[in-house]
Amino acid sequence: MNVLIDKFDVFAGGFWLTLQICILAAIGALVLGAIVAVLRISPVPPLRAVGTSYVNVFRNMPLTVVMFFAAFGLPALGSNADFLRIPVLDSLFTRLGTDLPYFRFALIALVLYTAAFVCEALRSGVNAVPAGQAEAARSLGLTFGQNLRYVVLPQSWKASIVPLGSVIIAMIKNSALVGFFGVVGDLSATADQLTSAEGYAFVPVAIGISLGYLIMTVPLGALLDRIEKRQAVAR
Amino acid sequence: MSQQTSVLYDIPGPRQRRITLISSLVASVVLLVGAYFLIYRPLDENGQLSMELWGPLIDPSNENFSQVWERIGLGFKNTLFAAALAIVSSLVIGTLLAVLRIQLKSLTRRRFVGAATPLAYLLRGLSALLSAITRVCVEVFRGLPVVITIFFVARGFPEFGLYFDNLWYLVIGLTIYNSVVIGEILRSGMEGLPGGQAEAAEAIGLSPTQTTRMILLPQAFRIMLPALISQLVVVLKDTSLGFIISYEETLNIGKQIIGALGNPIQVYVVIAVLFIVVNYSLSKLAQYVQRRLARGRKTAGTPAQNPPAAALISQAEGGGGGGGGGGGA
Repeated sequence: MNVLIDKFDVFAGGFWLTLQICILAAIGALVLGAIVAVLRISPVPPLRAVGTSYVNVFRNMPLTVVMFFAAFGLPALGSNADFLRIPVLDSLFTRLGTDLPYFRFALIALVLYTAAFVCEALRSGVNAVPAGQAEAARSLGLTFGQNLRYVVLPQSWKASIVPLGSVIIAMIKNSALVGFFGVVGDLSATADQLTSAEGYAFVPVAIGISLGYLIMTVPLGALLDRIEKRQAVAR
Repeated sequence: MSQQTSVLYDIPGPRQRRITLISSLVASVVLLVGAYFLIYRPLDENGQLSMELWGPLIDPSNENFSQVWERIGLGFKNTLFAAALAIVSSLVIGTLLAVLRIQLKSLTRRRFVGAATPLAYLLRGLSALLSAITRVCVEVFRGLPVVITIFFVARGFPEFGLYFDNLWYLVIGLTIYNSVVIGEILRSGMEGLPGGQAEAAEAIGLSPTQTTRMILLPQAFRIMLPALISQLVVVLKDTSLGFIISYEETLNIGKQIIGALGNPIQVYVVIAVLFIVVNYSLSKLAQYVQRRLARGRKTAGTPAQNPPAAALISQAEGGGGGGGGGGGA
């Protein structure tokens, strides 16, 4: 069990790095997912087609493939994803600005992949609003934008929050994959490092790593369960 | 979907149709220009569209064509094989888990009136304990990323002197995670059934086991079928994680091909298309089943079950993790 105490800083560092990538990816995925969702419900057919194909492509492809694309495809195109070296952010999230691009590649892959699911969660919320609401708004003479802003979105937000939360939880777990794509020092890479390279006993390391992930996922899941139950009562 | 989203706007009149047409044209032009500059140009400038790189994959007369596709075929066969094993075993174990948790839950409510007092307390304590243990196990394995589970299985089993093929590490890792998820799907399906079903079964004298086996499980399976099919997609996607323990599935083979031919983008495009075709058809199947079930469910009194959310969301997990699908603990 000593490894848990001796190497506590390594575990803590891994936890913090995983948390960093999750926060950044969550923000990115929410923004991109919202844009794709807008495309998917827009009245203009070509935009709708783009949204739909985006979702179909990324939802049906393993994250691993997306990661491989980011990690091997982008260098082949001569890109180092330097556009992600955002001035203020990279002083807070130091890995964004490093010369090794793998953190940025992993971030891109995670955002692209998760955005498809965020879009679906948002859209399922819009679909959960009874058709009569939008119809009533239209018959009052509200325009498309007003209809979305005052009638549909406020209601759909409530219906999307639980699916959105599940997507974020799934994303946290998916982030474990980045350790196998060259991001040094996140929780899953730490597991590999400690057990194989430094030869620590397997079981304590496994416990430490599991705890790291469970701290992130279980409370969030419990919170979602509560929200879900409260909504069920409210309805 | 089209029918549901179209609720947001009126049936277009002539003016609206004109606006839509014009904005469609503008949008198409913008999109095409964007695609040209953001996708085609970078690819072309870096020589990624050359036949030298694509040839082995799409040109039958290329010397490497048959060998490459033979390898990809082998890899895909391995992927499907591992996925099939994983889904069958997780279905079996998941069902057992769901039944176990339901039984334990009903057991904790029993007061064991026939038995002597200390024995009754012991039995009640025991069943509460078992119930808590299964709950914790479910939460833990549902909260861990699949990658980590697979990694732990592959690293941990040899520590305890259990040596298997890489295939079995992958299947065991996938089964641990997915049986828990499927168990929860089924359990929430069974708990979502109207209470009258179980009460009626009890009233006609069925034992608890019979009630579960003959009344609850079949209905839960039926309601949750779309969610279960979506889980199949998740398993198929997660099989690609086999590359971290060097199981010879599609991606691993892809890596070998890239090592020999040096064309990462092209090989991954082909692999992605393979996955998308299979998974897209599976999702369509899930939707079809969903529609059929919705049509078949017109009996008065059965509450409208709502699996689509679960079916949708459970897919988010593919390729590494999972979220809370069905609710209610």
